[in-house]
Parts: sequence; C-alpha cells; structure tokens
Amino acid sequence: MIDEIPVEYTGARSVGGPLLIVQDVSGVGWDEDATITLDTGEQRHGVVLDVSDDLAVVQVFEGTSGISLDKVRVAFSGTPMRVPVGPQWLGRVCNGRGEPIDGGPPVRGDHLVAVNGVPINPAARQLPRDPIVTGISAIDGLTTLVRGQKLPIFSVGGLPHLELAAQIAAQARVADGAFQIVFAAMGVTHADADATRDVLEERSESGDLALFINTASDPVVERVLTPRLALTVAEHLAFERGGHVLVLMCDMTSYAEAVREVSAARGEVPGRQGYPGYLFSDLASLYERCGRLQVSPGSLTQIPVLTMPAGDITHPVPDLTGYITEGQIVLSQEMQSRNVYPPFDALSSLSRLMRHGVGRDLTRADHMAVSGQVYAALSHARQVRELTDLVGESGLGEGDRAYLRFADALETGFVNQGRSEGRSIDDSLERAWTALTLLPVGDLSRLDPDDLARHLALQLPASEAAP
Amino acid sequence: MSGAPAALASGTVRRVNGPVVDVVGLDGVAMFDVVAIGEAGLAGEIVSIDGDVATAQVYEYDGGVAPGDRVTSRGEQLSITLGPGLLGHVFDGILRPLEPEVVWLAAGRSDNPAADTTRHFTPAASVGEHLTGGALLGRVTEGEHFEHRVLVPPGIEGILTQLAPESDARADQPIARVGDVDVSMSHRWPVRVPRPARARDREPRLLRTGQRVLDLLYPIVRGSSASVPGGFGTGKTLLQQQIAKWCDAEVIVYVGCGERGNEMIDVLDDLAQLSDPRTGGPLRERTVCIANTSNMPVMAREASIYTGVAVAEYFRDMGYDVVVIADSTSRWAEALREFASRTNQLPAEEGYPATLASALAAFYERAGSFTTLGGSRGSVTIIGAVSPPGGDLTEPVTAQTRRFVRCVWSLDRDLAYARHYPAVSWNESFSRDSDAIAGVRSAAGDTQWAERRALALALLAEAERLESLVELVGAAALPDRQRVMLRSAKLLKESVLQQDAMSDADAYCGEAKQQALLEMILAIHERFLELVDHGVSAERLDELDLARVSAARESGGAEDVAAVTAIRDSALATLKAIG
Repeated sequence: MIDEIPVEYTGARSVGGPLLIVQDVSGVGWDEDATITLDTGEQRHGVVLDVSDDLAVVQVFEGTSGISLDKVRVAFSGTPMRVPVGPQWLGRVCNGRGEPIDGGPPVRGDHLVAVNGVPINPAARQLPRDPIVTGISAIDGLTTLVRGQKLPIFSVGGLPHLELAAQIAAQARVADGAFQIVFAAMGVTHADADATRDVLEERSESGDLALFINTASDPVVERVLTPRLALTVAEHLAFERGGHVLVLMCDMTSYAEAVREVSAARGEVPGRQGYPGYLFSDLASLYERCGRLQVSPGSLTQIPVLTMPAGDITHPVPDLTGYITEGQIVLSQEMQSRNVYPPFDALSSLSRLMRHGVGRDLTRADHMAVSGQVYAALSHARQVRELTDLVGESGLGEGDRAYLRFADALETGFVNQGRSEGRSIDDSLERAWTALTLLPVGDLSRLDPDDLARHLALQLPASEAAP
Repeated sequence: MSGAPAALASGTVRRVNGPVVDVVGLDGVAMFDVVAIGEAGLAGEIVSIDGDVATAQVYEYDGGVAPGDRVTSRGEQLSITLGPGLLGHVFDGILRPLEPEVVWLAAGRSDNPAADTTRHFTPAASVGEHLTGGALLGRVTEGEHFEHRVLVPPGIEGILTQLAPESDARADQPIARVGDVDVSMSHRWPVRVPRPARARDREPRLLRTGQRVLDLLYPIVRGSSASVPGGFGTGKTLLQQQIAKWCDAEVIVYVGCGERGNEMIDVLDDLAQLSDPRTGGPLRERTVCIANTSNMPVMAREASIYTGVAVAEYFRDMGYDVVVIADSTSRWAEALREFASRTNQLPAEEGYPATLASALAAFYERAGSFTTLGGSRGSVTIIGAVSPPGGDLTEPVTAQTRRFVRCVWSLDRDLAYARHYPAVSWNESFSRDSDAIAGVRSAAGDTQWAERRALALALLAEAERLESLVELVGAAALPDRQRVMLRSAKLLKESVLQQDAMSDADAYCGEAKQQALLEMILAIHERFLELVDHGVSAERLDELDLARVSAARESGGAEDVAAVTAIRDSALATLKAIG
C-alpha cells in the first residue's frame, strides 16, 4: 500500500501493548500512516496516534510481538492511511488488513482513498427509501431494511448471529440496479470464518461480494482497521460507481474491545466499563458512513452485528450503537431455546425508517398495516402469556387463547425459517396473514376490511378441515 | 468587534493528539481566541494556557498536522457572522454554510456565508437621530414573509450620520454610519458571550407546542427551558421535531448536535414540505438549522450549541420569540468529556469534567424573555434533548440538567414499547411554569384550566397505582369504582395524551380542540362514576364501545372543536341511556 518510503527512523524509545514510541522524528503529522520493519525483514503497518515535539506514538495494527527497540525501523508516509478502491475487491477474500487470503495477487484499485473517510454533508444527503429484501421473513415483514439505513443486529454469545448475517449477505437483493455486499468479520473463530466463506462462496464467485476476515487469532488492533477498510471500499462502490451496497460488520463488540485495548495502553481516562470517553464519536465515525446522496444513484446500507455481553442491552457498545443507528434487530436466548431460527425478538426490534421502504410500488400496499397489526397482537399476546403464568391457560377467555395460538403460529410459520431459505415479500406477508386470521376478527382493526375478507375466505377451507 | 486588530501573534505546534493541539510561542494569546493551524489554516480555539503552551481544540480533521507547523492567532474569539441569509439554510457547528452541492466535508472550508448576496434594504431611521445598540435602522424581507430587522449592533452608539436609501445592498457593505462606526446589515459576534438585553421580562406568555401532553399537562412559557431525557427508541427526536414544526414561535433554531445524518435530512425535507399555519410559507423559512452530525468534527459539536443560542439571541433582539431545539445536549457533554480526557484533566462524575454542571447552568441561563436593547419584547426558549446512557436517569448530564431547567419532559421506554407516543411519562415529568400558566389562562377567562389539569394528573396517578395492583390480583378483583377509573385513564391516554405525528389531522392540535378533548374525557369519567354509584356494573361499562371517543383526536382538522363536541354528546347520550 506504500508507494515510496521517504525517511526511515531506526530505533524506538519504548514499546508496550499495541504502541510503539519512536523518537527523534521530525515533520511527522498526526494520523500519518507508518511502515514498521522488523529485523527479520517483516513489514507491519501503523498509524500515528499522538505526536509531541520529536516523539511519535504509533499504533501497530499487527501487534508489537517480536519488535526490539534497537533494531526496528519506522518510516512515515506523509499521508493518512489509504487503500486502493475499485471493483477489484469484489470476488476477493482478504484478511482484516486487506491482504488476500484467497491465493490471488494483491488487490490493486483505481486510486487511493483515506480509510478514515470524510464526513458526508448532512444537507447533501437524501432520505433513505426503497427496501432491501433480505429473504428473512421476520426482518422483511416487521423491520424492513431500507436502502441507506443502518440497522444493527443485537445478539448474545452463542446465538446464530453470524449465520444470520451470512445468510443475509448470501441472499439479500434489490429490485433494481447493481447490488453488492461487503462483509467484514472481526474476531471470529476459524470455524466460523470457514463456515461464513462456504455460505458466501456463490455470491463471491459471481463477483458481487468483497470479504474481509479478521479471525480471533489475528492481531487484535487490526480490528480497528477492518471496518474502515470495508466502508472505504463500499463508499466507492456506492457513491462513485452508483451501486446499492450492503455492508455487514460482525462483531462490533470485538471492534470496540480493540479500541478499548488501545485506549488502555495509552493510559487514557476510562469512561463506562473501561471504554474510552470517545467511543460514541468513534462508533459514529463508522456508522454514519452510510446513506444516500442527492448526487448519486447509489446507496450504502449497514448491518452492524454485535454481541451484548451477558445479554445486557445497556452495555456501552449496544447502548451507544442504538443511539446512532436507525433501529435494531434483537435476537433472544428465549427464542433460541424454543428452537426458532432466526431467534428474532419482535417486540424489542424496530426499523425506524421502515415506512420509507414499504407500501404500494415498494413492497405491498398492505405491508405497513400487517406489520402494525402483528406488533399490536404480539404485544397483547405477551400480556396474555404473563397472565397465563399466573392463572393457567384454562383461566383465559376464548379471545385471549386465540392470541396464544396466534403467537405460536407466527413463530413457527413466519419467523422460523431454514438457514438457506430465502423468502419473497409476498410469501412472508402471506405467512403473517395466516397467523393473523387466527385472531378474533373484531380485533383486526388495523387491516383493510377487503384484504381481511379475502384472507379469511382463503383460510376457511383449512379451518374447516381442522378437527 | 470594531477597529483593526493589532499585529497577530504566531507560534508553532508542539503536540498533536487528535483534535487537541498544543502550541508554543503564541505571545499575548487570550483564552478562547481563534487560531489558524498549519498550511490549511484549520480553525481552532484556545481553551487553556499554561506558561508559554497554549492548548487549542480544533474544529476540523487535523490529520497531517505536525510539530513545528505554524499557528496564527486571528485576534478574536470564536465568532459568527449574524445577518440576513440565516433563515431557511443549514450550517455546521461554527456557522459555516452547508450547501447541498458540497457532498464531502473536507477540512479547511471557507467560513464566509454568502456575503455577496444582495438584499433589498428599506431604511427605518432618520439621519441625525442619536442611536444606541439595538435601535432599528431598517428592514429586509426574507423569504415571502419574514421581516428581518436591521439593528445597531450592541455596544455601538452615536449620531446616525449616514443611512442608505431603499436599495439593494450587500450584507457586508456599510448601510449606515453611527457615530464614527460604519454599520452593515451583518456583524460578527462571539458565540460564547450572551448578547445583552435591557431587562428580563417577568410577565408569563404561553408557548403553544401543539402537542397535547405538553400543553395540557406540562406546559411551558416563552423564555423558559425544558429538558427531554429519553433512552434510544423513546421518540426523543420525533418529539423535538414536532415541536420545531408546530410550536407558535416566530423563529426556530434547530441544532442537530452529534445526531444522525439521515435524521437531519428528514427534518430538512419535512420543514421544506410543511407549511406554516400562520404565514402559509414553508416552515423551513422560519428555521435555521445547525447540523453537526455525530461523524463531523467533535469539537465543532461542542461549539454548536453556543452557535445556536447566539443565533437565537440575534433574532430575539429583533423582538421575536425564538425556540432553540438542541438534539442532543448529551453529545455536547461528551465532547466536553472527550476534550477533558485528551488534556488529562482530573475527571469528576463518570469522566465528565468538574465544570459540567456550571457549563449546563450557564447554557440554560441564556434562555429567557427579555426587553431588548431596542425596547421590544423577545424571548429565547431552550429545549434540550438528553440521551442518558443505558436509559439511566441518574447519570450526570440528565441529573444536572434537571436542576437548571423549568420543565422536564421525560420519555419512558415502557410507553414507547407499548407504542404510546409521545412517550412523555407522567411520573418523571414536571413543569415549574404550570402555576404561571394557570394564572394566564384564568386571566383569559378559563378559570377551570388548573383544575382540569389536576384532575387529569390525579386520574393518571391513581390508574398507575391500580395497574400495579391489577398485575397482582387481576382486574376482576377490583371494586367497580376503581375499575372504571382504569377505563377512564385508558381513554385519557388514547384520546388525549397519545398523538400521531404521522397523521395529518393529529400531528398538530389546536388549543381549543385540546381543551375539548380533555373536557370530553373528564365528563365521561364523571358520568362513569355516577353510573357505578347508581349500581351499574363496571363490566357493563367495559363492554361499551367507545372507539369513537378514542378516535376523536383524528376527527376533523387540528382546530375542529365541533367534531369533538359531537362525539362527546353522543357518548354522553349513550351513557345517559344506561343510567
């Protein structure tokens, strides 16, 4: 990635954690890209975090293992860290620093762009609209992903969030225009990485997918770079080349831990749970790199995936993420234990921009009404379920029992689906209708009466056949 | 502000740590002076001086700045240009225009708002008059309707010796000479300095938000301050946007401080499409937007709320009622914390600097209703969102803000999950303006206002208590009188407190219709109690279909009292038939 090496400094003053302090430097700027050469000839990459008089603090992405103070050589490039951008990334599999691990040659692009990106002028944005169909009923039906949105998945260790992300990456599509996926995995196990590569193989071979994988055994600090790399590549595809690009980043908690590690090594005053006070700004500098522009037909949509330590939604990472993103998809242990895939917790999930992505001409005219009715019914079903715990099912009225049947039917017929099953919007909405028709007709006030009559007529033969 | 500055000091960079830059050799530099850093001349502000080392916070991405780079003082504090051309436009945290043609906000942009645009100036003073700061010089019409009053800037005084005739003139060219100072339509003002006014005005005047839960239960007066705390997903931004759209102020300053870019464009689009019920022009024409989204430079976020309130004071001085919406003050506090951490300040609560409480207090004190220097009456109302981490209302920013504001409109996660919007909680919210407003209402002929409010609050509190009982014993175990209270409270929530921001008929609710809706529910409630006392079972009342009552808020237009009255009469007739 380095074109030419200007001056090389030999020797360092100290090294600790991911940080290397180089002395006697001159003219080195903050946030400059550095190349570190070990006595073995191995080259590593870093970035200047702090520069004071003739001292530069360099964060080494590959870690400082094996670096000796007197033999290390450091060169500064004079520019912020940059990556080549272009469609050449599509179809390739790289590590968290962008080096190929698919046996191919290094990725060369059209030109170099700074990985930190440049903020988008909010007045030059365009409101997100039009859906991305993920093929997952629960998401498409209830928390529709809109092009230009950032919609995170909140999960807990042990739940299949990586599988869900990979499935979305493999089967998501848009109705019009070019559609590409950039997938960044951070801190995943080798087994998970292999499984993800398998799921995504077809999409990768067709040249619609760029994959970056930082495994759990790769250098921790590299994770600080991986999402920036992925977003820089994605911004080019979306805003320069006009494609619709979906970026999945998994697991953002691993990313935040890497940020915390660097902060701790620098001796910064910690904020909540040891995370630095600037974690909000840092996460925002990633999540805000999405949207639509008035000058470009393309769109950049993000699905960050994160695990909530001990399932705590008030933990700094999900909490700050929730303040930046436009809704959240929550996976729950309870659904998982009922063997539902995806273990989608509807009542905790929300897509704030959904109304811009559904309806006549976009998905279906009845979409908003169906989702509103499902939410209202689920909310009542939860109350009924709590009541059942106290009084038993026999103590319920017929109307309330219908809500329990509805909740079960929604879970098995609508939410639950196969790990390689992609459903159309029509299929998903019809499945929701099937569950809704189990409810007392008088309660279905949000649905259009004609639609309702038609669906009740459809259900009639089935219910007659039932004993 | 006047006269040429002395020779400007210059020094060199010694240390760069993100947006914090240490500079040596800046002789005579003062706190809060603005400096230009490096070749690109990046804007920064001196925030501490220790011996010969001055520390600057930088308002731009400062990658590449190196020790030894040159730094020049600009000889003034962080200042903005106030003049015609603010309304209807979007600016960043230090009031640099964000025109939609520029897509990427690279560092080192010019900070000159469109000064070369000409404005049609109409004089309104006479040569020979002795004028002081705040005196009216002339007028410029902005958009279709807005009268922008050109005043003598604060601190300038003397005989008006020259005044431009009615003509088109550039905002930065002199249009008058007061004493020995040339005055143009625009002038510079340091954002951290409150603009002077003659006196605080103590007579309460209502600010109508058009949001029922606020106007009926937690009302606010002009020149007051409110805080809107709420965890994510509780609808904080939506409520703030509703107030920005519908409150009856003359100018809105909307500060998007560290929030989402997509939300900002949503506000801008909405304001451009909606029309102002008072003037008929687009709402955007009464709005100044200051957008410093979460990914824009963090230190400009710190400055953005001061910029917003300085702009508001500028319009206040013309005699207008201005509302500042700051979404979110937590992001501003985080910028303070980030800076404190980078400069190794000893942290107070949760890493925030010890100055947090005093900074918050000073900010909210810039709200107020005033007699302006020119003798007219104007006000600045500040409504600040707070985003408590983890929804924890005891965290420093939320808790400290509560001490300094007149109203708290607290948003509740349970209400939001139940899709009860706006999710303003009746346990955590308060209005210290309600007594003053009861007085205003009473003087205007509505002597029952305070009583209705008290009845509604009492009903909600009682229902809250009963609901926790119901969770234990079930509704059937309650006496009939208490069961109908639950029913009335439900009606109150559905038909008065909930308001649908997406519905054309309900997004905004006129004052008379608000009162009619509340009166309807209280009348039904009274009738319920009478019926139960006469032996009608609560079960029978529960079976009554009152869907039309719940939907009354959507009936007719925002001002349609007759539709509500008709529904009330028919509901009361139904109840009468039972008795």
